[in-house]
Amino acid sequence: MRLTQKLGSRITGRLSAHRRSRLAGPVVVLLALILTGGMFSLLAPASAEQKTADEDLVAKGRALFLVGCSSCHGKNGEGVPTEQGNQYGPSLVGVGAASVDFQVGTGRMPMAQPGTQALRKPPVYSEEETEALAAYVATLGPGPAVPAESETSTEDVDEEGVVEGGEFFRTNCTACHNFAGAGGALPRGRFAPSLDGVSNKHIYEAMLTGPQQMPVFSDEVLTPEDKRNIIAYLNEREESPKYGGFELGSLGPVTEGLAAWLVGMGALVGFAVWIAAHSTRSTKKKGGTA
Amino acid sequence: MSADTVARTNGKTAAKPEKPSKVGAAATWADDRLGLAGLAKKNLRKVFPDHWSFMLGEIALWSFVVLLLTGVFLTLWYRPSMAEVVYDGSYSPLRGLEMSEAYMSALHISFDIRGGLLMRQVHHWAAMIFIASMFVHMMRVYFTGAFRKPRELNWVIGCLLLILGTLEGFTGYSLPDDLLSGTGIRAADGFMKSIPVIGTYASFFLFGGEFPGDSIIPRLYTVHVLLIPGVLLALIAAHMLLLVYHKHTQWPGPGRTEGNVVGFPMLPVYAAKAGGFFFIVFGVLTLMGGIISINPVWAYGPYNPAEVTAGSQPDWYMGWPDGALRIMPGIESHFFGLTLSWNVLLPIIVLPGVMFTILLMLPFIESWITQDKRDHHLLQRPRNAPTRTATMVALMTFIGLLWAAGGNDIIAIKMNLSINQITYFIRAAVFIGPVIAFIITRRWCISLQRHDNEKLLHGYESGIIMRDAQGGYSERHLPLPLERAYTLTARDRDDIFVPQLTTDDNGVSSPTARKDKLRGRLSQLWYGDNVQAPTRAELDEAHHHAELEHAHEVAMSGHAADGHQFDGRAESVSDNQLSSR
Amino acid sequence: MTAKGELERVENDLFDDPGLPAHEPRPTDVDDHLEKRAERQVALMFALSAVCTVLFCVSYFVFEIGDNPTELLGFGASNLTMGLFLGLALTLIGVGTIQWARKLMADTEIVEYRHAASSSEEDKVETLAALRQGTEESGIARRPLIRNSLLGSVLLLGAPAVIMLRDLGPLPGDKLYTTVWKRGMRVVQDVSGTPIRPQDMEVGQLVNGEPAVFFEEDAEGEPIYHGIELQQEKAKAAVVIVRMQPDDIKPWPGRENWGVDGILCYSKICTHVGCPISLWEQQTHHLLCPCHQSTFDLADNGKVIFGPAARHLPQLPLAVDDEGYLVATRDFTEAVGPSFWERNNDEPGDE
Repeated sequence: MRLTQKLGSRITGRLSAHRRSRLAGPVVVLLALILTGGMFSLLAPASAEQKTADEDLVAKGRALFLVGCSSCHGKNGEGVPTEQGNQYGPSLVGVGAASVDFQVGTGRMPMAQPGTQALRKPPVYSEEETEALAAYVATLGPGPAVPAESETSTEDVDEEGVVEGGEFFRTNCTACHNFAGAGGALPRGRFAPSLDGVSNKHIYEAMLTGPQQMPVFSDEVLTPEDKRNIIAYLNEREESPKYGGFELGSLGPVTEGLAAWLVGMGALVGFAVWIAAHSTRSTKKKGGTA
Repeated sequence: MSADTVARTNGKTAAKPEKPSKVGAAATWADDRLGLAGLAKKNLRKVFPDHWSFMLGEIALWSFVVLLLTGVFLTLWYRPSMAEVVYDGSYSPLRGLEMSEAYMSALHISFDIRGGLLMRQVHHWAAMIFIASMFVHMMRVYFTGAFRKPRELNWVIGCLLLILGTLEGFTGYSLPDDLLSGTGIRAADGFMKSIPVIGTYASFFLFGGEFPGDSIIPRLYTVHVLLIPGVLLALIAAHMLLLVYHKHTQWPGPGRTEGNVVGFPMLPVYAAKAGGFFFIVFGVLTLMGGIISINPVWAYGPYNPAEVTAGSQPDWYMGWPDGALRIMPGIESHFFGLTLSWNVLLPIIVLPGVMFTILLMLPFIESWITQDKRDHHLLQRPRNAPTRTATMVALMTFIGLLWAAGGNDIIAIKMNLSINQITYFIRAAVFIGPVIAFIITRRWCISLQRHDNEKLLHGYESGIIMRDAQGGYSERHLPLPLERAYTLTARDRDDIFVPQLTTDDNGVSSPTARKDKLRGRLSQLWYGDNVQAPTRAELDEAHHHAELEHAHEVAMSGHAADGHQFDGRAESVSDNQLSSR
Repeated sequence: MTAKGELERVENDLFDDPGLPAHEPRPTDVDDHLEKRAERQVALMFALSAVCTVLFCVSYFVFEIGDNPTELLGFGASNLTMGLFLGLALTLIGVGTIQWARKLMADTEIVEYRHAASSSEEDKVETLAALRQGTEESGIARRPLIRNSLLGSVLLLGAPAVIMLRDLGPLPGDKLYTTVWKRGMRVVQDVSGTPIRPQDMEVGQLVNGEPAVFFEEDAEGEPIYHGIELQQEKAKAAVVIVRMQPDDIKPWPGRENWGVDGILCYSKICTHVGCPISLWEQQTHHLLCPCHQSTFDLADNGKVIFGPAARHLPQLPLAVDDEGYLVATRDFTEAVGPSFWERNNDEPGDE
């Protein structure tokens, strides 16, 4: 039974990647339920078809993986150790499809070159290719699946949920990502990235999988509902007007101090110079031209 | 002080007997009761010299007035209470949360009072500008030597204003009781606990028990709206009274001597300029409050001792002690079951105290070294006091580096650097940087002095290229106009202190011998490398040389090529204008 | 000492003071047309200022704030327009007034003479004489008994001023050494109060935790801790729970069984000045304080590896209760939070 559920959720996850319409989520879930329920009894041929489709996807993913990922992560995703015994590219066994969807979908993987931290950039792979890669990596070992759109949608989160999401956000996230999700510094040149413009799904996947230095927030402790509330709080803040004016990157008192000196003192000293400046003089005598 | 020292007219119209007017009647009514005419006649036409750098202190004064006005507005709604309440105001992402009454009232001002957010932001911007302009004003006063006798006490008052302003800012920063200000108070609790012997007691007494307690906000509120502003007001009044009594300093120049002050009268010109500047300061601060967000308390959330945000920093004026705290290595001593936290005590308790003491002592240190006991009302150009200028630049470098350390996390993410590397760098740079800055500034000033002397002796570069008979090109140097030459030389010669013989005729060494020796050495450092204005002989020699060259050219070409046929200037220094003294 | 009214002159033996330059008129002084124009300019600024003030008043009433604020270009309309119009209204008055002074008010520089700051000699002499006479008549120098007893009693008045402050707060006692943690108390997630089982946590997981008692109620259904009390206890009891690969952990002797399957629990309160820390890097096991960048290695007993903190982060020993949830086995073994003078430093580890 567990296996079928897993398969079902994997299908929904994959389909949701194609369909961005509002109805797609519920429809896909419905389809998945029908599929799961009927799998062992009536629809044996369909199941076989599904399996082939899956296998095709995995094969496609493996092909992509061998070309684009294996130089760092190893031919079978087992990771490549360096001479010092560190991982050149970490093992991908058990990281799950969600991890691949996050890393590849936000453009962090493939990295342009090894560095302190993989940076967010325009994704290299198309959505189908990402899906294939995720499907392949998911076969390496059990890990979190890509969440369905219904799981990351914040539409049904009410005001109370948003407030609670804010509480979770300030307790678990602001320490690294800052009060406005603008990002913050970590040791040795690493940093927590800005959350501005990151999709619901990717925020959800990051919490689920703990990419790079970010800790994992498992569903058992921070429930899917809690995660959705956090995302809803972030969306609410992003959508609300900037009450006080330009936010200067929401980085706190450092940028405010800079603005006070550059804008405030700059303008006021400029006025002081103008007030004391000697105006132009004339060589004419009074009563010259009227 | 008699009235005839003050010009009653500006020379455009002749003075004539006053006609009875409404203003005159009102003035008479007031004078019959207050007898202010004696005071007013001297001060209504009081002269203020005109220079942009003399307006910097005014920025501080006017932003203080803005702080009083906006602050009173805020007190109408702010509630200094730490009682826990449940928020049910307009800002929905916090609705239903438990928070302190202080934070709720800050949200109330921001979201439910029209113009409340504006006044909060103007108040905060004004605080930042208040302290920034005090800093800049203080640097101007130091760089130009305006702190010298008889103005040392006004320097001391200014320093007190600076430190009180900083404290006032910190208490205000703490009042909204949001996550950021609470983090600041929490750190302040840690600072206090690091004080030997009394630390824990100080903390428990201030907080009324364990941190955070329910007393700190109301107590800081009283300090913020009553105690410090009261002292600030009194000190500002004293600062202004002394300014009026001493009369403003001025730059040297033709007609501007140690014995007079030249400028525009209080009424009407300075009343208009200063009054207008008040509106400009208020206007600029209001524009900033309307356009630029500052301290969005709603985004930080209520204070919770288990939460923190990245980028937790104090406001800029506390940035440098915070930076010192960040770069200090973690050193702690343990003995007899006691703990001494050098890592907190030194950067945040001792260092600001030491820096403030140095600042306060600057005029007295200088006058002790130079033994200059004369009154000074003419300003010095920073280049003409190279060691003094270098001292302030070194102090600024020290503070500036610590300030940068206070923002090391923001610098790290914005410039793709590592906070660890920045910290290591600044740990070294706070010691090396000021020394390098001192040396460079001092040499730079001395070079500028040499440049001035070159202009005096050999004239200024006219931009006129002359071709001589051999086909070579040279730039024509022209003598400075008299006004310029006078201004450049209107400065005292530096007097290096030479210690007297250490023993008298009977072989008894003078009781002050060691002090004198130290003073002599410091005086040598202070003045020794300065370039003095040229002597009469040097000037004569240079002019004689120029004349020879001139005569030579006349002989060669048949007409004088002094260049003035090109620029129409004729009033340059000639020998008959040189002082006969 | 210079006499009153005579100030030393600057040594300038090179040039005679050419004296104040003659006043040169401004274009507005000599040209009636320009003068009228400047007058109109100033008046226009004052008029524009009045317009802005009116617009400010209009904005005050027109734009909504509160629950459903009016938006303008993505900003809160009320704050933006009120700030803009009031700021312009004030600035225009200022600029207009100064323009008036610069262009139209008489601009001949006038001279005022200075006098030495000190009083005249006779004033000084008279003052000193008055002082001396006053002191003499009081007899304060001749009667040391009175003088000294007065001095002593006035100085002693400092004591009430200090003693009166005694009730500002209670004495510290041992409050800084204890927290609400005790044997068997569950470690729960902050905000939600969810208890945690070891299998709920994955390697690399961080949970911001609190003692379960913060979420419990007494017999009458009231929370046991609330308001200020809750804040005070939270300020000491907040913890972070992290899970690492058990092989990565290097416990000090005696701390081998303080964790459960690689799950360790540390105080969240920085030992530097007390900020709550939860910037955990799951790969390096480092915990960074966002306030002053002290960095602790949680795989190595919370040892300081960078920054201004001087002491390791206190660790809370963990176990699993009958129902399989994580619990503390006792209170912290040392005082949490910033150092203080009386703190006894019997370091448990090798530091």
